[in-house]
Amino acid sequence: MAIAFFLLFIAVTLGITYWAARKTKTTSEFYAAGGGITAGQNGFALAGDYMSAASFLGIAGLVAQSGFDGLIYSVGWLVGWPVMTFLVAEPLRNLGKYTFADVVAFRLQQRPVRVAAAIGGLTVVAFYLVAQMVGAGNLIRLLFGLPYEGAIVAVGLVMLAYVLFGGMIATTWVQIVKAALLLSGATLLALLVLSRFGFNPLRLFAAAAERYGAESLAPGKLVTSPLEAVSLGLALMFGTGGLPHILMRFYTVPNARAARASVFYATGLIGAFYLITFILGFGASVIVGRDAIAQVDKGGNMAAPLLAQAVGGTAFFGFISAVAFATILAVVAGLTLSGAAQLSHDLWVNVVRRGQAPEHEQMRVARIATVILGIVAIALGVAFKGQNVAFMVGLAFAVAASENLPALMLAMFWRRYTTAGAVASIVTGTVAAIALIALSPTIQVELLHRASAIFPMKNPALISMPLSFLVGAIVSLARPEEAAQRGFEQSERRMHLGA
Amino acid sequence: MAKLSEVRALAARRMRVAVVLTLLTIVAYFGFILLVAFDKARLAVLLAPGLSVGIALGAAVIVVAWVLTGIYVRWANRTYDAELEALRKNEPR
Repeated sequence: MAIAFFLLFIAVTLGITYWAARKTKTTSEFYAAGGGITAGQNGFALAGDYMSAASFLGIAGLVAQSGFDGLIYSVGWLVGWPVMTFLVAEPLRNLGKYTFADVVAFRLQQRPVRVAAAIGGLTVVAFYLVAQMVGAGNLIRLLFGLPYEGAIVAVGLVMLAYVLFGGMIATTWVQIVKAALLLSGATLLALLVLSRFGFNPLRLFAAAAERYGAESLAPGKLVTSPLEAVSLGLALMFGTGGLPHILMRFYTVPNARAARASVFYATGLIGAFYLITFILGFGASVIVGRDAIAQVDKGGNMAAPLLAQAVGGTAFFGFISAVAFATILAVVAGLTLSGAAQLSHDLWVNVVRRGQAPEHEQMRVARIATVILGIVAIALGVAFKGQNVAFMVGLAFAVAASENLPALMLAMFWRRYTTAGAVASIVTGTVAAIALIALSPTIQVELLHRASAIFPMKNPALISMPLSFLVGAIVSLARPEEAAQRGFEQSERRMHLGA
Repeated sequence: MAKLSEVRALAARRMRVAVVLTLLTIVAYFGFILLVAFDKARLAVLLAPGLSVGIALGAAVIVVAWVLTGIYVRWANRTYDAELEALRKNEPR
């Protein structure tokens, strides 16, 4: 049953890809859907990019297993969106073309800045990809009983078909279809659960508290030290505005006004989705039971599908499973496209060819880059088989908050920012975030089983994000760059008035 | 061509609104997360059967985040865009 639903999804999305492929002839269409996506459509696509299987299955599972603590993650993952709306969306839309490096490099020397920004951006994409691919392999084994490697290759190939032939147009529509399916599936599931509790969520929560104790409605062990909490909060709040595959979506709408409206829609959809997921988690703990969930998967990832089975039977289980798989597929496609844009548009066209590459060559390189990233995604998925990769999404957010966001902010709003400052800030942010995670309890204690960790915090953003700003400022002030300051006026005009 | 000083004045007004709303988001979110870290007991208090202070505040932060985004979009669509359009009229096309 699950497989039938899933094959139907594949058939529909490949149909969309075929339609999109006929409309994808130029790089503008390949990277940015020709700017022809409406604000409402982009709202769904943004939400689709963000509502990964980790947030659907993972948060539902966390709430099912520990109650309230799951809400802490949901809240954190949402609050990055207002910040992105206020500070990033519109200037980014006006200043850039395909990638966030367009904005950082606007008035600086193209080659060094593009290399640094691409390395930082690709690092974020790589960590995010590993988490998604490993999740895909495990999930498909649980849901459909397929072998891990086969599942990884299948995800890789279907995703490649979307991106390679249909570019941003196909990727956007796959994302919209998936977001609509995920939201309607989760809503229906929540309504079925609530129908057993007189459509009153509080009665459901009370039932959970009765069965598992009042502590399931209160904070538990997830957040212990205040510093840790602030550091995680910083990464989530400022990392969202530095995720390359999210930022890239602002180029698919016609103007800054549409970019602004689309984040409003996306924030509403994602917020509603997290509230629904919270109900699903409690529903699973009451109706399915914590022990039964843990028996199928210790991490709790099967809470939502098992709940669908319990309240809607095998057909609904199949539908929810297929939606979860579709979610992974769509998110991986978005990540691959944003990585390919950085490889081809930033590194090949603007660094190797110094901005002088004919259109047909740009398209060819973009497609080659897509294939390379598809192969890398499959290889990473296989290489990290059996590893606990949950921390990698957190790491992706930490790197994004420490590297992409400071570079964007300083480039857009600070006149005296220089090429050397940008490179130094991006490299510092990336290296500091990764090094501190490598020395953190997550790697040292949980992965390598050492007694203690050199760096005491699990999340590095509290240190690495201010450090990145600081290094960028000091290096820029140490050696002023006149050309960059002269370019600031043009940059200001374009950023505020539009292209 | 629009005067740069006028563009800057309008941009500064947008920035003030953006910064105030960002700070409100930060206060709402970090207020919640610091309560989680420092005062777990208070969040465990039940307001009604099934509804703890923690659940109410967490859900409220999600709603507040969305409402703040809405306030910004409404302001920008009405006030900012109108003034921007006036400036743009002077741009060479």
